[in-house]
Amino acid sequence: MREEWNGFQEGTWCQEINVRDFIQKNYKAYDQDESFLQGPTEKTKKVWDRCSELLKEELKKHVLDIDVDHMSGINAYEAGYIDKENEVIVGLQTDAPLKRIVNPYGGIRMVYQELDAYGYKLNPTVDKYFNEFRKTHNQGVFDAYTEDIRVARHVGLLTGLPDAYGRGRIIGDYRRIALYGIDFLMAEKKKDWDKLTGPMTNDLIQLREDVSMQYRALDEIKKMAAKYGYDISNPAKDAKEAVQWLYFGYLAAIKENNGAAMSLGRVDAFLDIYFERDLQKGLLDETQVQELIDQFVIKLRIARHLRTPDYDELFSGDPTWVTCSMAGITDQEGKSMVTKTSFRILHTLTNLDPAPEPNMTVLWSQKLPETFKKYCAKMSIQTDAIQYENDDVMRPIYGDDYAIACCVSAMREGKDMQFFGARCNLAKALLYSINGGVDEVKDQLVIPGFEKMTDEVLDYEKVKATYWRMIEKVAEIYSNAMNIIHYMHDKYAYEAGQMALHDTNVNRLMAYGVAGLSVAVDSLSAIKYAKVKPVRNEEGIAIDFVIEGDFPKYGNDDDRVDNIAKELLEKVYSELSKHTCYRGAHPTLSVLTITSNVVYGSKTGATPDGRKAGVPFAPGANPMHGRDSSGAVASLNSVAKLDYAGCCRDGISNTFSIVPNSLGHSKEEQIENLVSLLDGYFVQGAHHLNVNVLNRETLIEAMNDPEKYPLLTIRVSGYAVRFNRLTRKQQEEVISRTFHESL
Amino acid sequence: MKGSIDSIESFGLVDGPGIRTVVFFSGCRLRCKYCHNPEMWVKKEPNYTPEELVDRIVRNKPYFKRNQGGVTFSGGEPLLQVDFLIEVCKLLKEENIHIALDTAGVGVGKYEELLSYVDLVLLDIKHIEKEKYQDLTGQPMEESLKFIDALNRSGKKVWIRQVIVPGLMDNKEYQDGLLDYLRTIKNIERIEFLPYHTMGKEKYHKLNIPYPYDEMEAMDKEVCAQMEKEFIEKWKERQEKGI
Repeated sequence: MREEWNGFQEGTWCQEINVRDFIQKNYKAYDQDESFLQGPTEKTKKVWDRCSELLKEELKKHVLDIDVDHMSGINAYEAGYIDKENEVIVGLQTDAPLKRIVNPYGGIRMVYQELDAYGYKLNPTVDKYFNEFRKTHNQGVFDAYTEDIRVARHVGLLTGLPDAYGRGRIIGDYRRIALYGIDFLMAEKKKDWDKLTGPMTNDLIQLREDVSMQYRALDEIKKMAAKYGYDISNPAKDAKEAVQWLYFGYLAAIKENNGAAMSLGRVDAFLDIYFERDLQKGLLDETQVQELIDQFVIKLRIARHLRTPDYDELFSGDPTWVTCSMAGITDQEGKSMVTKTSFRILHTLTNLDPAPEPNMTVLWSQKLPETFKKYCAKMSIQTDAIQYENDDVMRPIYGDDYAIACCVSAMREGKDMQFFGARCNLAKALLYSINGGVDEVKDQLVIPGFEKMTDEVLDYEKVKATYWRMIEKVAEIYSNAMNIIHYMHDKYAYEAGQMALHDTNVNRLMAYGVAGLSVAVDSLSAIKYAKVKPVRNEEGIAIDFVIEGDFPKYGNDDDRVDNIAKELLEKVYSELSKHTCYRGAHPTLSVLTITSNVVYGSKTGATPDGRKAGVPFAPGANPMHGRDSSGAVASLNSVAKLDYAGCCRDGISNTFSIVPNSLGHSKEEQIENLVSLLDGYFVQGAHHLNVNVLNRETLIEAMNDPEKYPLLTIRVSGYAVRFNRLTRKQQEEVISRTFHESL
Repeated sequence: MKGSIDSIESFGLVDGPGIRTVVFFSGCRLRCKYCHNPEMWVKKEPNYTPEELVDRIVRNKPYFKRNQGGVTFSGGEPLLQVDFLIEVCKLLKEENIHIALDTAGVGVGKYEELLSYVDLVLLDIKHIEKEKYQDLTGQPMEESLKFIDALNRSGKKVWIRQVIVPGLMDNKEYQDGLLDYLRTIKNIERIEFLPYHTMGKEKYHKLNIPYPYDEMEAMDKEVCAQMEKEFIEKWKERQEKGI
């Protein structure tokens, strides 16, 4: 065994890359309470104070600075520091904190828009290079896009497609660097490459090229680390090195790529093993361990990507989805994987302050220790910064070494990757089936082959049959778009650094998504159970709807409508599954909008559920605002019915706001009741919950007087955000959401 | 047999322990001047069979397992539909669900049988003096005393709830009287003072019913909480001394 591994239990992980085996053989579960936790050190305070100043400045200017002289790349920038002598963990994306990278590989036009927005100009050499010699992902995509894809994109039937920026949602197994060192990883890739022989088909040629690029990327990571004075050729020999090595891996990813979601993975039990070893040897005490975590988290908090104002409108507040997954239980014996480090990571919300990143994600199991459940609930009540995902539904599919990318996308670390596919607008597709495939806002034919309905009162069976046919057409266009996008992304903006930290024969997922679920479902319910009369314009397009009578609404635990939601998702998924995916990927589906529910709503006309034109959708799988009138439990029960394993394996996002006093009289009661709520929701097989415990009045006050609540953090759909970084429209939408309270 | 249910709140956290499904029964004989649910005075068309109601409640069972969460029957006055309620309780007990009854104790008998299924009673004390009770509720106090008698014999746990109306109950005289009054009730586990609030006012206006307390100000929440705290201390002191 290598000397860096002294003190560890041996296993197959010693012979092959197998981080899971290392964790299972070595981690020590912790089932006590949080009383061991320590406050921040002087060094941490100094570094964080400096960051806080910079963050304030950034908030004013929106972007602190941009490096216009270099192009993104693992080793493209000189070393940078926040406060060198007090930094325990080092490494920045560029040579200065919060200075953003220009990444032209996704698309050069995007870069111009970004730089224009903040008054910067690209270095002429870089400019010339990308204009004259180097083609981008975006250009590739548009060379191949068909007319129907362009139209579907233009009208907002398909939105947020990663065709001009990085696709993200790939989690490198950054832990591999700490455990094995770069040299071993390079040697393994070389071995894989040597074995990739046989008839040179497209697939094999592509894979050989990929692995070569991965090999070189590993070398780049090593050189980048060397600029900070570290040689990461060999495994980390102590805890500090383990955190630093792992962080270099993640840092390489965010230097090379600008994906929407650049997630960290699952590091709690892994790092805990190193901490425990050093604590036992007396090399560290608890304060120093917490210092390493605090400083690591500081680095994750200041990761940035350059975005266009349009992008910010979709995803406000500079989210980077440094999703940090933790806890869960083991696959075989059902043992808790909560370690002291799970607590330590959440404790940064206390030691630094409540903040949206890293995106704290607790993998909830009924079998987690009570102490940890209560600690999570306490931190949720205090900070609104945690999301919960059901380990008990994911573990049977992904095992016990998976992590969440972005908001709700589960992947086995180092074994799965996904092709991010944004989402299609289900509410708009429903309107198309009523309006003969013509867009109700742009007045343009999008899907040919359908007739405008002329019925005075909409007939459920007829609408449903037409909608189903419409979904078949939309699925075809959507699938084609995705295949083109990811073909070109691999070709022009391949994530060599991240893919180097995956197995060579990686399993690929094609991650489709839908928006506007509750609007589509309530519309169908209205047509079925009430009388819905379209109000048509001269062209025969329904521009409004008159509803007579009441109808069951999604979010009240009423099977009559909840079953429509299930049926609709099953239809969408089965249609998408009929199409062949690029690179043999397996199709998956998510019900997730993030904050884009506002923009989707603004691009969609009035709908048969009574929603007026332009009004925001509910986010993700949420019931429509204010329609879930039977209380929180009924609302949760409706969402819990949606099928994760059989249909929506890329996640079902639900965001939940509750008024603190309604959660119970005392703090203890509130904690107990929140744990009950989470247990009760997840035991039914529900997938995800964002929890906010706050008063509507606080938000209104924060909207009108942002200075008063500079740190107010809330969970929107799939990520947390500082409330003052949302657009006014998004703030209003969040305020209009259902706040569960009991009187 | 069908019961008249006004509405069901799936997320009650203040009407009994844990997370509770609160079922509001339609119909009440009392016309309490401060009532904030006037829409539940008159019994509606029956709308739930016992099985249907139990089915709604059982759906929420996953949330009940900690802290004795369960169902709370409230209203209106659930005791007025006692036969229906007994059927529902029988079915719930097969499901092992914790049952709380939020009542003023003004029903139509069969208290013993009903209470045999109930785990906790949230007993609403309207007023401790007969005349003022009648003035406040429009009904004589006797029926509630019958219920308290049955409750004492049942041995079931009791949470006392007293609405504090400014000028009526926020004074020493009333509260000293209440201390005496509570000696007639056994198995008290908790005492809650509920500050009178004006949220019912709008409902009266919508329903075109004159609101007797139109001029009444809401009870200050903090003052009420402090009163409750002091009252409980006195009550505990008396319990310990056995007086």
